[in-house]
Parts: sequence; structure tokens; C-alpha cells
Amino acid sequence: MKKFLIALLCAPMLAFASGADIHLDKWRGSVKDQAALQHGAKLFVNYCLNCHGASFMRYKTLMDLGLTEQQVKDNLMFTSDKIGGLMQVAARHDDQKLWFGATPPDLTIVARARGEAGNAGAGADWLYTYLRSFYRDDDRPTGWNNTAFDNVGMPNPLWQLQGQQVLNKDSHKLELAVAGEMSQAEFDKAVSDLVSFMVWMGEPQQEYRRTLGWFVLGFLVLLFAVSYALKKEYWKDIH
Amino acid sequence: MAAGNSEKYKSDGSIAGNVLEWVDARFPATSLWKEHLSEYYAPKNFNFWYFFGSLALLVLVIQIVTGIFLVMHYKPDASLNAAGVPVAFASVEYIMRDVPGGWLIRYMHSTGASAFFIVVYLHMFRGLLYGSYRKPRELTWLFGVGIFLVLMGEAFFGYLLPWGQMSYWGAQVIVNLFGAIPFVGNDLSLLIRGDYVVGDATLNRFFSFHVIAFPLILLGLVAAHILALHETGSNNPDGIEIKANKDENGIPRDGIPFHPYYTVKDIVGVVVFLMVFSAIMFFAPEGGGYFLETPNFYPADPLKTPPHIAPVWYFTPYYSILRAMVWNFFGLDAKFWGVVAMGASVVIFAFLPWLDRSPVKSIRYRGPIAKVMITLFVICFFILGYLGTLSPSPMGELISQVCTVFYFAFFLGMPWWSRMDKFKPVPERVTMK
Amino acid sequence: MSNQGKMDCGRRRLIVATAAVGGVGAVAALVPFVSSLLPSERAKAAGAPVEVDISKLEPGQMITVEWRGKPVWIINRTQEMLDTLPKLDDQVADPHSNVEQQQPAYAKNETRSIKPEMLVVVGICTHLGCSPSSKFKAGAEEGMPGDWLGGFLCPCHGSTFDFAGRVFKAKPAPTNLEVPPHVYLSDTRILIGEDQKGA
Repeated sequence: MKKFLIALLCAPMLAFASGADIHLDKWRGSVKDQAALQHGAKLFVNYCLNCHGASFMRYKTLMDLGLTEQQVKDNLMFTSDKIGGLMQVAARHDDQKLWFGATPPDLTIVARARGEAGNAGAGADWLYTYLRSFYRDDDRPTGWNNTAFDNVGMPNPLWQLQGQQVLNKDSHKLELAVAGEMSQAEFDKAVSDLVSFMVWMGEPQQEYRRTLGWFVLGFLVLLFAVSYALKKEYWKDIH
Repeated sequence: MAAGNSEKYKSDGSIAGNVLEWVDARFPATSLWKEHLSEYYAPKNFNFWYFFGSLALLVLVIQIVTGIFLVMHYKPDASLNAAGVPVAFASVEYIMRDVPGGWLIRYMHSTGASAFFIVVYLHMFRGLLYGSYRKPRELTWLFGVGIFLVLMGEAFFGYLLPWGQMSYWGAQVIVNLFGAIPFVGNDLSLLIRGDYVVGDATLNRFFSFHVIAFPLILLGLVAAHILALHETGSNNPDGIEIKANKDENGIPRDGIPFHPYYTVKDIVGVVVFLMVFSAIMFFAPEGGGYFLETPNFYPADPLKTPPHIAPVWYFTPYYSILRAMVWNFFGLDAKFWGVVAMGASVVIFAFLPWLDRSPVKSIRYRGPIAKVMITLFVICFFILGYLGTLSPSPMGELISQVCTVFYFAFFLGMPWWSRMDKFKPVPERVTMK
Repeated sequence: MSNQGKMDCGRRRLIVATAAVGGVGAVAALVPFVSSLLPSERAKAAGAPVEVDISKLEPGQMITVEWRGKPVWIINRTQEMLDTLPKLDDQVADPHSNVEQQQPAYAKNETRSIKPEMLVVVGICTHLGCSPSSKFKAGAEEGMPGDWLGGFLCPCHGSTFDFAGRVFKAKPAPTNLEVPPHVYLSDTRILIGEDQKGA
């Protein structure tokens, strides 16, 4: 019994012990910020869609970001796809496997897949940290490594924007060695927008879902009121 | 009850009345209605815990209806599509994005799966509190345990269908459990999978079990569960047999017709349940990563196990018990005993009617020992469930072993501890609290 | 007794109120289920407008293209073919294309087309959905009656259509063949499925 009580007391401590060992920076974007989503979409098609598919997404859905069909066609579509087509990679997946050693994963729902039990929204934080944590590492075949994803297979896709970071062996902190096109703050904002877009893309109807939820709950409150009155009325008989 | 059977409906001359009379002469419509609703006398003192039976029925209907519509769009196919994604996985995202309203139907089904286990666990806990499994309701309880077992199978088969990483590796682990059975184990695993690994053949047969075989068994068992209940009549929070005290018309003095009294009450319960259900479905459909596990948003990859695999929350208590067994006994290895312990931890519920020797049914008239034991059992169940969601750790293993021992001690010691208590006198009539 | 009657009245009101609100909820809950039966985004994408190049279509020739899974015929009619149309006005059921939904307003004319020679129709019989076969040669040569001037015959139930897709009288098919919405992107390119350029 004593042992049991000790065990019981220790149980909450396990929760801390099992936490992730990588420190994640908090993503502070929003899927309601249309300008950020449009910017993120632009970054996504320019820097991600070359190798990674978003094969459950239709270009047409991008019109939900407040764009016209012509704007989507002119700014976000590089292949000769139809507007109703899926955002696929031009290369065949088995060719890619040959070139890269592995097929680059589909990114449509990666923000959801990167969540964790107890914190389904952690995927955004992970992406936000990961995309800013590349550093130069000559031991790797690609020349790149990542503090959030050790021995990552992908080279830094955003290096022109970010510049090149190196890992300080003493402080274990990342330092910018070669400047990129963007300042640190600009780059953080760009990655944040890109992550916003990926979170949105994981479930494009998510805002509508929440709005609909309020209506449904409101309706159920009304139904509760009348059904409870009905129950009260009948149960007057019971003593 | 028997009196209701012989009375046939007499028309009042209206068209509806004539139709009903015609039907009633050929089908026991009126007597079924009376027997199971308008003249089924339920104790008048049902409390909060008595909502979960009708709610379980509601969730069953939700699952069947949403399931029918999901099958119209889902494809049980493990082969890769042009984009290199398994067809089954892609068809789930197709439902979520391309099918009008599909996302809502899918979330209803996925939330419904967890809701099913929540209401069934609470329904079972009610039985434990008020001794509902005891004589004369042993068969009702046994049918109920059958429902619980089939429900677990149904959930397990269904979980493979999205063909995500957790689907795949969960099925892999559970099917391999059968491999622990001496002599026939490996052949049995092969027979279940239909392939050397979990593959297309497995997906197709699990689909068949999930949409046809198990739902049919489930419906049959639910019918038997309700028929058996209506034969003996419902138990109540006081654990008193209301049929022991009938008025001059043969109606229990503490009974009230199920319809309209409990139908109107259950409607309120349904509305409250739907509020909770909608709140989860619309605002947190992943259930914090417990209802829809996040690694399942990656398509199944037979070459890569996710870093941390855990069953869905409703299986985790038994999964912890499986992991707690690390000792070899009698020349059989720990893997085998883990499977035995896991199986036993579920099946042992069936023996409750004969393990409980308390002279009173309801917790209200039982003493401190029963209250402490049941409380500890629930705590253990929660701890086991929580540990089952975590990666294995030495501390977790020790705690789950302690909890496992208590879990079985609760049941196996029940013939003794249930008799030792101090009991309060049971009143003649039910009490309205 | 009067007390009893009063209570029943209150009960009835509450039953009606609960049933009404609950009924509204039940109908609303049907919406996702019924709408899931409608064509999905994939089906809509597959049914997107189709662009056709007709620069190589010689007079007297016909090509078939697929639009929304249905055959659409494009026929470059010769002058002889067009000349048969006025002669048949009293033999066809709807000579002046008065059934509105069978063609867009811009094809409600003698030739049922935008350009007189170029016929664009959905090659699905308006009877029960078979695809008629072409019987372009006049006379009995292709197994048609001797006074046949050329057109189409549905193999399923024998409906016949002329070179404008107009159905002959006393045949099972009720209306003329459907002219789909279409637009000329240029002299030699047709977009089938849309009325306006870039809409």
C-alpha cells in the first residue's frame, strides 16, 4: 500500500520526464491573418513545392485566401495545371526516391502530423523552429544540419533568404555567419507566415468549422431549454 | 408484461387508427411498444449515471449512420497513388477536403469512436457502483461484456482503415500479440494478417470486419442486452428490486413507465451529451492528440516505426498491463504472460456477478472497504491508462506493475473483501435523492 | 379535472416546442449527409471545361471529345448537310428549338450553333442516355429508310436526329440533343463547358 501511494505521488513527475528534449520556439502566427497566409502560400509554392507535394490540396482552395482565380493562376501556379488540379510535384515519386534517397514527404498535413499527444498544436511550433534551425555542417553530404532535426536529409531550402548559420560548439547556439537577403526579424516573419499557411493547409475549413461549432452549440442551448422544461413538466407527476 | 401481449389495438374509426389495427393484427406493434416503453416500469429514482445506456445507443446510431456515408467514399487500398501516397490514406483526406460535408461526417465518426468508449466505461462503472450485474441480471451483464469485447474489436479494426503510421504499427503490434500463444501463435498471426506483414490483404479483411461482421454481431448483442434487461427490469441506485413491491394492478409501486418519463429525461441527457460531443468535434477534433493521434497524419510506412507508438486512449489501460509483465513463469516467456494478463484484465469483468458476495447491491449501503476498493480501482485504471500513452520508462514500469497487481487483486479478492464490510440497512422502498 | 386539462395543454405546448426545435436540428443534421452525395471537388475538377482545337476538322468530319464523362460531338457540316435542315422542319418535333434548356440562347437558331457549319452537341440521346451513332449518308445505304437525308440513329430505342441534333417526330426521345455551353476562344479553338472567355 505504501509503495502504491509513493507510486501515485510519482505519477505526475513522469509527465515532465517524458517531455520533448528539443526546445521549440513558439509560433505566434494566425490562420485568420489573410495577408500572412497569402505571403506564406507564395513562399510555399516557391520554396517547398519544387520537391514536396501537397497532393491533397487543390489550387482552387487557395482562392479561400481572398484571391481570385486569375491571381492564383498568375502568382501561385507554375505548372500548366488546371485550377481544380492537385498541388503535386512535377517529378514522379519513384524518380525522386532515386535522386534524394527518399521521397520528400507530402506536406499537406505535416503541421497536423508534427503535433504531439496532449498538444495537437505543437506541429506549428516544431515547423517554426525547424525551418529556422539549419546550420552549415561539412560532415553532412548536403552540407547542412539542423538543431531541431539531427542529421536531416534536406538542405536548407530558405538559405538565400536567411543566410548561413553555424553552430557554436561551446554555447551550442546558432550564429549567423553569412547574411542573407532578409534581416533576422524579416526572416522570422517570413517563416511564421509560411507556417501559418501550412497550418491552414492542414485543414482549410478549420475557421468555418469553429464558426459552425458556435452555431451548433447555440442551437443546442435552445434545445436544452425546451427539452428541460418538458422534462420538468412531466416529472411533476413523480413524487 | 404478459397482460400487454394479448391486447390488440382497436381502431377509433380514423384512417390512422384503421391502419394501426390492420398492422397490429399481423405484427405485435402495440405489445412491443407497451412491453418496452409505455408499460416498461423503470425505478423512479434513476440518477445521473443512468443516462449512459441510452447514450451508448445514440452513439451506436451515430457511428452506423456516419459509417454508411464514409464507406461511400473510402477505399481500402494499400497501393500507392500517382503522388506516392497510399490510396486508403488519400481517400480519407479526400473525404476531409473534396467531399462536400465529408469533414464533418468523418469527425463525427472519429469523435464518436472515443465517445463510445467514454459512455460505455461510465455505463460499466454505474454497474459496478450499484451492483447492476448481480442476480437476477447476470445475463444482461454478460451480454454487456460481450458488447464491450466486440466494441474493442470493432475499434481496433476501424483504426487500421485510415492507413496512417499509428494505424499500421498499432495493428502490427496487436496482431503480433497472437504470436505469443505457444505452438500456434505465429501461424495464427499469419492467418489474421493474410500476409507476412500488415498489408493490403489485412486492410481489406479488417475493412470487411469493421463494416459488416462486427456491426452485425454488435447489433445482435445490443438487442439481447436490452431484451434481457427488460425481462428482469432495471436495477436502481438503491439496489432494491422494485418488483418485490407491487400494487393491486401488478405495477411496481416504485416504478414509472419508461415512456414518457424516461424518454423526456433521456432527451435532456442526449442534448447535454451532444453539447459536449459538438464542443470536441468542432473545437478540438483531435481530442488533444488522443482521439486522433498525430502520427496518424503520416501515411503508413512499413520501413519506419514512429519514435513513440501508443494505442488510442481507450486501450491504454490494457496496454499498460501488457507492458507490466516482464517476468518469465513456468518456462513461458514474459511476452506470453503479458498477453494473458491483458486478455484476463478484460475478460475478468465477466466474472463480476459471481465474484461479488456483498449482501447488498448498491454502494450506498456498503461500507468503507468497498468504497476504498472501488476508488483505488478507478485510480489504478486511470494511472494505467495514462502510463499506456507514454513511452516505456523504469519508473512507469514499476508503477504499472503495482497498479496491475491491484487491478487483479480487486477482482480476485472480491469474494472476501466484499463480505467483510460494515453494511447499512437497505430501505424497503427506493429513495429519491 | 379542469386542473388536469390545463396541465395537458401546457404539456402539449412543450411537446410541440421540443419536437419543433428538435426537428429543425434533425433537418440541419441531414445537410452534411445529403451534401456528401453531391459531386465532390474531384468530380468537379474532372468536369472542368475542355479546350478543343478544331483547325484540322475538315467539312463533313466529326470529332468526339469527353466533357464531364460524356461524349461531345463537334461536326463541321458541309453545305449539303445544312441544306437538309429547312426541308425537315415539318418532320422534327421541335424545329425552332423552343425547349429552352436544350441549348444556350446563342444556339437557338436554324442550325443550332454559333457558327452555322460547326455543330457542338452532347452525344447522349435524350430518351434514356444511350449515345446515338452517326448515319451521315443519305438514303438506304447505312440501313436507314430510303428517304433518309442523313443524321443520327440511337441504337437503343431507334430515335433519329437530323444534322442539327433535332429529334424526329413520333420517336421515343422527347427533345433535341443538348447543345453544351461553349465559346470560341479563337477561330480554331473551342472551350466546352463555359459561356464566356476566362469566366
